[in-house]
Amino acid sequence: MLWLALCFPLLPLETGTRSQEAAWPVVVASSAQGSATVVACNARARAAGIHPGLGVSAAWALAPCLHVLARNEATERAALERIAAATLAFTPLASTTPPAAVLLEIAGSLHLFGGLAPLKAAVTALAADLGYTLRLGCAPTPLAAEWLARTAAPDVTHARDLEAALAPLPLAVLDAPGDVAATLDGIGIRTIGEFARLPREATARRFGPPLVEALDRALGRRPDPRAPYAPPAAFESKLDLPAPVAETQALLFAARRLIGEFAAWLAGTGRGALRFRFDLAHDDGPDTPVTIGLAAPGRDPAHLALVTRERFERLALDRPVETLALASDELQPLASQNLAFFPDAAHAAENAARLVERLRARLGEDAVRGLTLVPDHRPERAWRFSAPGAATRDAAAPARPLWLLSEPRPLALDTDGPRLGGALALLPDCERIESGWWDGAGIARDYFVAEDTAGARYWVYRERASGQWLLHGVFG
Amino acid sequence: MSAALDTLLQHPGIWRGSDCARVAVPSLATGFAELDVLLPGGGWPAGALTEIHAERPGVGELRLVMPAAARLTRGGRWLALVSPPHVPYAPALTAHGVELSRLLVISPQGAQERLWACEQALRSGSCGMVLCWPGRLAERELRRLALAAEAGGAAGFLFHTGRAAQASPAALRLALSGRGSRTVVQILKRRGGDVPAPVTLDLFPRSAGPLPAYQPLRPPVTALSARP
Repeated sequence: MLWLALCFPLLPLETGTRSQEAAWPVVVASSAQGSATVVACNARARAAGIHPGLGVSAAWALAPCLHVLARNEATERAALERIAAATLAFTPLASTTPPAAVLLEIAGSLHLFGGLAPLKAAVTALAADLGYTLRLGCAPTPLAAEWLARTAAPDVTHARDLEAALAPLPLAVLDAPGDVAATLDGIGIRTIGEFARLPREATARRFGPPLVEALDRALGRRPDPRAPYAPPAAFESKLDLPAPVAETQALLFAARRLIGEFAAWLAGTGRGALRFRFDLAHDDGPDTPVTIGLAAPGRDPAHLALVTRERFERLALDRPVETLALASDELQPLASQNLAFFPDAAHAAENAARLVERLRARLGEDAVRGLTLVPDHRPERAWRFSAPGAATRDAAAPARPLWLLSEPRPLALDTDGPRLGGALALLPDCERIESGWWDGAGIARDYFVAEDTAGARYWVYRERASGQWLLHGVFG
Repeated sequence: MSAALDTLLQHPGIWRGSDCARVAVPSLATGFAELDVLLPGGGWPAGALTEIHAERPGVGELRLVMPAAARLTRGGRWLALVSPPHVPYAPALTAHGVELSRLLVISPQGAQERLWACEQALRSGSCGMVLCWPGRLAERELRRLALAAEAGGAAGFLFHTGRAAQASPAALRLALSGRGSRTVVQILKRRGGDVPAPVTLDLFPRSAGPLPAYQPLRPPVTALSARP
């Protein structure tokens, strides 16, 4: 077995700030130990001299324009689970390890991704898409992988190298309670190697069994089963915006984070989205829902982002947005695609589906349609609009004009017959259509092809009951 | 000697002023042999714009492109109609051989959206032909559409009513007028050649009306005569 540990050292901060590019110092504060202290800070805050462990009041003094976010561990846990769901694209076994790590079992994935380095690059790219700072560690046991990630130590791929690789790590990775850590430091034990050389029984008696057991798990002397992460059946993710947003550009930045998560979740669970929904929450008043439908199930993040952009640009925001949420409405199983050696018809059809989606996202569902035949003798009922690409049966049709007027237009009449601008000459063939008496929309008409003096051809008919002449189509 | 000369003159680097240059541009056969010989590449230019100026609607402007559209859709490529002036009548399209499952009717609101939709359809690479009724277009907008057509390899058709006025970056410009039951096609502009004489096409062949002559139904005589 080989484990890849993903450690997110700035998780408390980035769950709050990844939705916007913050141009001001931000810290996350926790009041767990009575007084509020800084847990994590961004680069600007660090430049101002703020570091984790500092009191919030001291931080205020260093940076008066400081933005303080309260730590929310439930949000962090949820963020960790969504990361785990996204990493299911790399391996079937992902496991969350609170507070800030995800472990992947990658022995079976190495060959598919072409080795450890390309796999690590793919994981790093995913984390960057989602907006998280990532540290990676690789080892034959999960705990050792986590330790290596936390200390940014080189990877270990063979169990025989493990002991030597763990020996120089600082003892802090053991997460010993405060007094135990102080005692160990006092007797000069500062690395894992030094700790491992202490007599086992005496150490367990003196410092408690958990520390020795942790060391055994890291070295693979004791089993360390991890619960695989099972993704939920539906996707839901929410981003709080540190500052309210009224422009679509800033909103798109946050939306792209959510889409990255969503696309990775879709890939990890083997599904494609047919419809998804953004909920834009405002300070006052009801949320603004934005539903986006796709013509074919898809999960390509670039495509989802493109469709979202077209839809958002059409959006008229009258109030600033506080929170952006993304939820899946309709999903479909979507198998991975085999790449074709030659681009073929299936590829063109998929391209057309994308075109339809892009057009629909901007123009609206009703503006992009296909046509289909309906078996009816009445000319105005012999067709209807349908979804683009709907199959239709072929039928031999008699002479029909290429254009049909949505409403037949009455024609003036003189002694020779109907007129349209000038006199119309009727061609000798006449077609009588008398149908539909059974559903209350019956017609009784004599259709003619008429030609005007300039050579344009029209489709006209005489209403048999009233004798009125009407124009119904143009031959185009 | 003359055979050798002919071979020499076939060389693509040689162009004679009296000829329409035989350039190897991708194109779609129009389905009308009389017209094909006049067009560079022997058909509608693919990856470029064609303007069709009809004297008035109904002289055959749409029928002119139907054979190419039918062949294209039967081959699995898409035909897009952007802001058509009336309802495209499905039974007639089928009768012309157009595969309806490869047809896209796009009805945008407003000139800006129309231009955008047309550009997207041209650029997508999945539409073989895009027919658009754009109204008036500025030259900058026309150039944008021409670039989109080139990027997507689509044949773009812009339909206008009335006379062609300003210059245009379209690769091919045609004027259509009716003469009796026939349609006169005048090439106003084509790539690599001067303007040939107009060609007259029969877009409304008499055989297009396949209506059978009226045959009154007669009761079978034997049944009647059985009873005196």
